[in-house]
Order: sequence, then C-alpha cells, then structure tokens
Amino acid sequence: MRYIEPHGHMVSRTTDDYESMALAGCAAICEPAFWAGFDRKSADGFYDYFCQLTRHEPKRAAKYGIPHYSWLCINPKEAEDLGLAREVMALIPQFLQAPNVLGIGEIGLNKNTRNELKILEAHIDLAVQHHQLILVHTPHLEDKRKGTRLIVDALKSHGKVKPERVIIDHVEEHTFREVVEQGFWAGITLYPESKASPQRAVDMLETISSQNVWLNSACDWGHSDPLAVPKAALEMRRRGHSVEVVDRLIYQNPLQFLSQCAKFKDPGVIA
Amino acid sequence: MALHALSTIDSVRTKEQVADMHFMEARSKLLELAAFLDRVERATGAPDYRIKGLQSALPLLLKGGTERVATILHHWSDPTINPADKAETKVASGVWSGIK
Repeated sequence: MRYIEPHGHMVSRTTDDYESMALAGCAAICEPAFWAGFDRKSADGFYDYFCQLTRHEPKRAAKYGIPHYSWLCINPKEAEDLGLAREVMALIPQFLQAPNVLGIGEIGLNKNTRNELKILEAHIDLAVQHHQLILVHTPHLEDKRKGTRLIVDALKSHGKVKPERVIIDHVEEHTFREVVEQGFWAGITLYPESKASPQRAVDMLETISSQNVWLNSACDWGHSDPLAVPKAALEMRRRGHSVEVVDRLIYQNPLQFLSQCAKFKDPGVIA
Repeated sequence: MALHALSTIDSVRTKEQVADMHFMEARSKLLELAAFLDRVERATGAPDYRIKGLQSALPLLLKGGTERVATILHHWSDPTINPADKAETKVASGVWSGIK
C-alpha cells in the first residue's frame, strides 16, 4: 500500500512517527502552517516557524525517504490581532519560492469572527495574486456549518478564485456535499474524537462522493493519529473495496489535486 | 457538479454482514454513552448545556433514514449566519449553547 498524507503537522510529531508512517507506505507528507497551541507574540516567531517548515522539516522527513511539502499562512486562531496578522502575511511572499511550498494554508475560520473573516479574505487575495493553491481549515464542531458557509461565500465572492484549486478541509457529513457541489475539493480529517472516524469517512465516500476528496490525519500536538489514513484504507479493504479503489482514494486523489502545483512531484515516479 | 460516490457495494452488503463487521463496536459505544449519562446523573451541580444538547439528539437516532449523522450535526450547529463581533474563546464545545 502507498499513500500521501496531505495534511500533517509534523513539527509536532516525533521522529518515531516518521518511521511508522514510512513503514505504513507514506510516500509524501504535506504540512500546513498551524497554531502552536499558544499565541505567538511577534512576527519573528512566525518567521522562524516558516523557516522550520521550509528548511528543517524536509530534512527530518528525508531521513525516512519521505518528501515533505508545506503550506504557509497565519492560522485563523491567531487572526484576531489584525496588526500582527498583517505583519505575518507580509513575510509570506519571500517563502513562496521555496521548493517545498505548495500554497497558502491552512487559512479559514475558527470562531467565525469579523476579524478572522478579514484575514481569510486577505489570504485568499494573496493566494490569487501569487497563483497559489489554497488549503482551507473549517471551524470545529458546532461552528463548522456556519463557518463553512462563510468560507464558501468568501471564496466565491472574490471573483478570481478557481474552485478546483481550493481544498476545503475537515468536512463532515453536514458540510461535505455543499463543498463539492460548489466545485471545491474536500478534505476528510480522521480524528479519534473531534472529526471523522475511519468508518464514518468511508461511509461518506460510499454515500456522498469519492471524487475531488482526500483523506488526511491532520496529526498534530493534540489527540490525533499519524496512521489514520492507512487505518481508513484498512476499513475500505474490510468492506470489500479493491486495492485499486483504495489507491485512488489515498494516493491518486491527493496527487491529482497537489499536482496542480508544479513543485509537487509524483512520489511514485522515480526521478 | 455531479457527485460520484464510491460504488454500489452498500446495496449488495447484507445487514448481517454490516452487523458482523461493526455491531460489537456500536454496542460498546452505546454502553459507554449510557455509562457517561449515569456518571453525569451521579454528579452534583447545575445542569450542563452540553449534556442537554447531547440528550436532545438521542431521539434523532430512532427516526430512521440514512442521514442520522448529518441530522445530529445540524442539530448541534450554530444556526446564526452573521460573523461574530469577537471571539470569546478559541475552543468549540461540541454543542451550540443556544439549543433549546
């Protein structure tokens, strides 16, 4: 089995996790910029973080033969301070030429506030200006439905966003359909408690859509599982889905989306 | 855009096959829920809106159909449509606090 982990916060994970993922067939990892669990106090902290994502983390992953890619932004959890958010966003363009940067993400909303929305719109504009892919985080739990609708509205009202170049992540049963029906890609995040289980994820693939969707673990410093994607693959195999169908979902689908950025190389093709 | 789900495997899967695969897990989770509600009942203090929200979703399990998860998630969702003026917290609780 081979798979792409399209959303993992590896700076929060141990080296043992890289080894486990490599043993499970992980062929590439993509790491969106994320909240550290506390608010950074200055743009300098983000500069260091972007250096970590673009220079240091690819070296860690390479020790296990895994190509590492990243996405850059200021996370919506830190978007309430508009001044800091704009300072951080001003740092991003200098990193966009790094060989492992795929786009802007994970932008989005957390508590669906006006300031978060302003910074989301600014990120969308930055992505369009620099012809970047967009990875969107949708809010947690009771805030997800409202936030997803605000995000879709913001993306559509921009006017220059190509939906096929945007993935809206963390969809669940009540948001998946409206995301893909609008032409966006959808990400299903596999979390032990707060998002989808492998079983629910496969239910969604069987009943809503298996196209324009990827599965990810979004493993980070919280309760999460870096092997969630292969566990969903196992669930698909237990239900009788073929090896080819599993490969399409956990390898070819993310490859199709990510290949819209020329920097992403098919890890199945030997250079 | 037209949506294409995985396959028609569900329609050829028997109820017995689904039960063979997932019944014990579902049984275990139902008992965990029952134990949780018992634990809450034994505890002191004022009622918690999250528990109330969880209990209010239980009848939705018995309504039939194939959209139970989406129905419950909608039930727990914030129904307002305008952005909030300010974030009072960074975290979500799992149940909209205004559920009646």
